[in-house]
Amino acid sequence: MTQLVWNGLFVGSFYALVALGYSMVYGIIKLLNFAHGDLYMLGAFIGFAVLGAVGGVSSSMALPLLLAVLLATMVFTGLAGVALERIAYRPLRRAPRLSLLITAVGASFALEYGMRAAAGADPRVYPVRLGGTSMEVLGARLTLQQLVLIGVAVVLMIGLNLLITRTREGRAMRAIALDPRTSSLMGIDVNAVISRTFFLGSALAGAAGVMAGAYYGKIDFLMGFLIGLKAFTAAVIGGIGNIPGTMLGGLLLGLLESFGTFWLGGEWRDVFTFGVLILFLTVRPTGLLGERVTERV
Amino acid sequence: MTGTTTKTRRLGTDKPPTRASKLLQNRWAGLGGLLIALLAPFVDATPYALSVMTTAAIFVMLASGLNIVVGYCGLLDLGYVAFFAVGAYTSGVLSTRLDLPLLVTVPAVIVVTVIAGIIIGAPTLRLRSDYLAIVTLGFGEIIRITANNLDVTGGPSGIYGIPSLTDSPVAFYYVTVVIVSLAVLGAARLGRSRIGRAWRFVREDEDAAEAMGVNTYRVKLAAYIAGAVWGGLAGVLSAAQLSAISPNSFTFLSSALVLMAVVLGGMGSIPGVVIGAVVISLLPEFLRDLADYRFFLFGVLLIIVMLLRPQGLWPARSKEVS
Repeated sequence: MTQLVWNGLFVGSFYALVALGYSMVYGIIKLLNFAHGDLYMLGAFIGFAVLGAVGGVSSSMALPLLLAVLLATMVFTGLAGVALERIAYRPLRRAPRLSLLITAVGASFALEYGMRAAAGADPRVYPVRLGGTSMEVLGARLTLQQLVLIGVAVVLMIGLNLLITRTREGRAMRAIALDPRTSSLMGIDVNAVISRTFFLGSALAGAAGVMAGAYYGKIDFLMGFLIGLKAFTAAVIGGIGNIPGTMLGGLLLGLLESFGTFWLGGEWRDVFTFGVLILFLTVRPTGLLGERVTERV
Repeated sequence: MTGTTTKTRRLGTDKPPTRASKLLQNRWAGLGGLLIALLAPFVDATPYALSVMTTAAIFVMLASGLNIVVGYCGLLDLGYVAFFAVGAYTSGVLSTRLDLPLLVTVPAVIVVTVIAGIIIGAPTLRLRSDYLAIVTLGFGEIIRITANNLDVTGGPSGIYGIPSLTDSPVAFYYVTVVIVSLAVLGAARLGRSRIGRAWRFVREDEDAAEAMGVNTYRVKLAAYIAGAVWGGLAGVLSAAQLSAISPNSFTFLSSALVLMAVVLGGMGSIPGVVIGAVVISLLPEFLRDLADYRFFLFGVLLIIVMLLRPQGLWPARSKEVS
């Protein structure tokens, strides 16, 4: 039982990291960035390339090296997210929603199959594998690396939350989420703030991508599709546009999946997840924490 | 709001119709297209050509069905292929388990697809368009995974030995063309009918439509159900053509391709959508060498079309759009 909870929290922290980007972008410009899951995929591949460039690693150095690669990847994917927004989304900011959504689908396709053309269709094996010895904590077995990954995820999430609630930048983001026109009248450079929001969200997705690559060991060009859907589900469960809600949603979805797999079997896991999504959207579209917080980023 | 006016002008929506768009609106254009489709086997009747053309015709039917949902009513459905799958599996299961001829399964297919349309539409159509998009995406995946896991659907290997509608591929091609033409004609007439006007009203401004007494929920559900039936019947044709179906044929990729045909052709425009579907289904046959870049190019194309020509390459009648 404890094992299920741990597994759930572990997977859930990945979901939460990816979901944050979804949630932030949605909060600020009300766009569902379909390509967001593919930025996670991009992160995994960039991490793969960087690790490959570094060359052979002794297993004792794996963890510090991985953290360095994680930072580098975050910068790269962040910039990719900014570029995506600049090229595909910004020109359509006043266009009908449908055009914007279709553009996002196109962007998702371009990223997936562009990566396929660049890196091949076969799954790649990550050069760094976090196996490690497992230990007993409260009756569950988990590895040091798992703990570190959860730790990294938690640090990133706390950092993001501080950034949004405590800094000028965060205040600008919240202001735009409320009313972009007035914000720009008040002297906020709306485009720059939106770019930075994309940077942050994409960087978090990239971080999750590297962590998933290191943990699961295998990456492929379609890995972003499913995680994108699940991250969206997580965001909806918690309340899309709401940062703490999204984190909660991610962890909750991880737990739900963990138990769902246990009860229903692994082959029904994704059906279960999407069922939860549809149920939530029908019963409580604002999510668990959606209504209490009116301000959305 | 000077920005928007220059933009619409650049898109050409308030320009007088060009010769090309007049040609497409001509009532004879449809007959011309039908004639080309009917004469095609006389030009090239190799089994390969016939199978490609039949597939293209089925794809036209899918696109005209999705056009009802996305083009007329403005509801983005990213899991449209789910209805295709529901239709194909229903007729496949019934015909192989009960030894029924395929034609007999059609009423059952219609009933099942209507139910599928209601199941997914009823709870979600109250949601905002982007939520609907992602729910339909999830629904598409649910159908595919379910087909993959159930025994009755044959699991990952699917169903094989589905009887065909006719004896020869040529005859089947003609049957397909006739059915698809009727379906396209039906979609076009629906678009011009009372409910079609309601659909477009909802697409343009849902709140205004509601205020004018249109029951937007029911109207949207009707669009959803119509789209589901079109997709399901296309599924029956596809099952008959291939005589085998498996979950792999119903991925998100297929949904996205149908959407691409609709968007590329011009949402809401019947001739545009038909041409878009033909182009999207035939292009890969000509671009075999570019296989690796094909879907990448499709994705880029979607973005470019949305940026430069949001109404598609062959827009609906220009007056109505502006």
